[in-house]
Amino acid sequence: MSGARKHRSVGGTGNLAVLKPFSLHNAAPSAWRLQPGHGYMLFAALVLFVLVGEVQAAPARPSIIATMWKWTPFLLQGFAFNILISFVSIIIGTMAGAALGLGQISVSRPIRAVSWTVTQFFRNAPWLVLLFYCIFLIPFEFELFGVTIPFPAWIKAVIGLSLPVMANFSEIVRGAVQSIPDGQWEAAESLAYTRRQTLWLIVLPQCIKRMLPPWMNLYAVLTMATPLVSIVGVGEGMTTTGEILAAENRSDLLIPFYMYLLCLFFIYCYPIARWTISLERKFAVKI
Amino acid sequence: MEAIWSWFEWLYEAHGVNLSIFYDSLDRDRFFFGLLTTIRLSLICIVASVVIGVVGAWLQTSRFKWTSRLVQGYIQFFRNTPPLVQLYFFFFAIGGVLPKVPDASGHMVPPIGNFTWAAISLSFFAGAFNVEIFRAGIEAVPKSTSEAAEALGYTRLQSYIYIILPLAFRVCLPSLNNNLVNLVKTTTLAYVIAVPELLYVSSQIWSDQFNVREMMNVLLFTYVGLVAVLVFMMHRWEKTLKIPGYGR
Repeated sequence: MSGARKHRSVGGTGNLAVLKPFSLHNAAPSAWRLQPGHGYMLFAALVLFVLVGEVQAAPARPSIIATMWKWTPFLLQGFAFNILISFVSIIIGTMAGAALGLGQISVSRPIRAVSWTVTQFFRNAPWLVLLFYCIFLIPFEFELFGVTIPFPAWIKAVIGLSLPVMANFSEIVRGAVQSIPDGQWEAAESLAYTRRQTLWLIVLPQCIKRMLPPWMNLYAVLTMATPLVSIVGVGEGMTTTGEILAAENRSDLLIPFYMYLLCLFFIYCYPIARWTISLERKFAVKI
Repeated sequence: MEAIWSWFEWLYEAHGVNLSIFYDSLDRDRFFFGLLTTIRLSLICIVASVVIGVVGAWLQTSRFKWTSRLVQGYIQFFRNTPPLVQLYFFFFAIGGVLPKVPDASGHMVPPIGNFTWAAISLSFFAGAFNVEIFRAGIEAVPKSTSEAAEALGYTRLQSYIYIILPLAFRVCLPSLNNNLVNLVKTTTLAYVIAVPELLYVSSQIWSDQFNVREMMNVLLFTYVGLVAVLVFMMHRWEKTLKIPGYGR
């Protein structure tokens, strides 16, 4: 543990008064496994908020913990839909983003320019605006060879979430390919590999390792963006929470239930974040 | 000016492209007000989140174990939960249980308005990322520098403000830049609690004028433009603050 916490010194500049390399994840704990402390912290936060509510509760009503327990299956059902949306979006976004990213490193100038423009545009537009864009501008059904294909809102929402994922993944792919030293390309060329062979057999396999941590980070960001679909009328965890609160109609439940949903997301996303950091450290190029 | 407005009116009549925000004075004022609100919200959140970042990073270097643990808990919680649910939590849950206060005309109103809640929630969200960024910047400053400051009689706070922070700030500007761009994009979330920002006024306009397609494109280009302006200014600033001998 203490070894991993030490800074990696670059070249011979270890003790000189110059700036060290900037790294976002140096000081975080080294192992990704969750320590009991995290559980205690989360539990303490939840208990604190339930107690705050409990104090305000009128004595004749059922207790807050019982109410939360009663609604748990319903809430988890809504949360499962969040996860489903995140899965479908990351799959679509990753495939489209990989194509766009390869377009960004294409030898043809027009393809490169178009891919770059598309990537920058979708990367810099807010997620919520893109979501509105897809919900309003994609028709609710398609006519294809005389067959009407329905296009429900949740599919449009998934597409809306996939667009920024696509653009971000495109940048990840471009960054990873460009981080492979030129020597690899030159060595492959001297062995008579074509450009396509070099890309598929030599460069991309090395990129997978480099792309994994940022891709997982992107997935966590996407999962945290999934409640946005509730704004455009697609049911998920946030909608479920709203429905529960409307059904119970008790102001003392507000804080515990929102906190409950926040904790669900935290429990899902935090391990991913820790795992990402540990992978990042494992794959880091040691200088 | 009038000629430009009437050209857009002609565009609508001749080609059906309804850009009412240009020729209709009501929509123009609404849209302009929304743009101002978005800029105001962004600027407030940028300043507040940078302050949270600087203070949080300072607290993390504290000798007391619990201060840094508390800050770490804050960072991890806000980084790993959806900003939308955070906003709902602040506005509906905390805002809902706060006692109401009488306003100037005697009506009972919530003590904190929706704009303020949006500013608070988004600042805390972006601030959590900023603490991490500043901490990484501080770690890039070698220990010998702060030791030298100590040898010259600087206190811990003084050496943080005058020696470490100016250096750390320059190192972490690119990362900070990224996060602030994200923050500007996240201000759209204020839509859900009816803050009259760009997305909200646009939705009002397209409900009145039925020009969803035009407004959507205007919105996308406006946000890309806003982000472009921010990135341009940050790059200029980065260049001005550049430490000689670092980077190309």
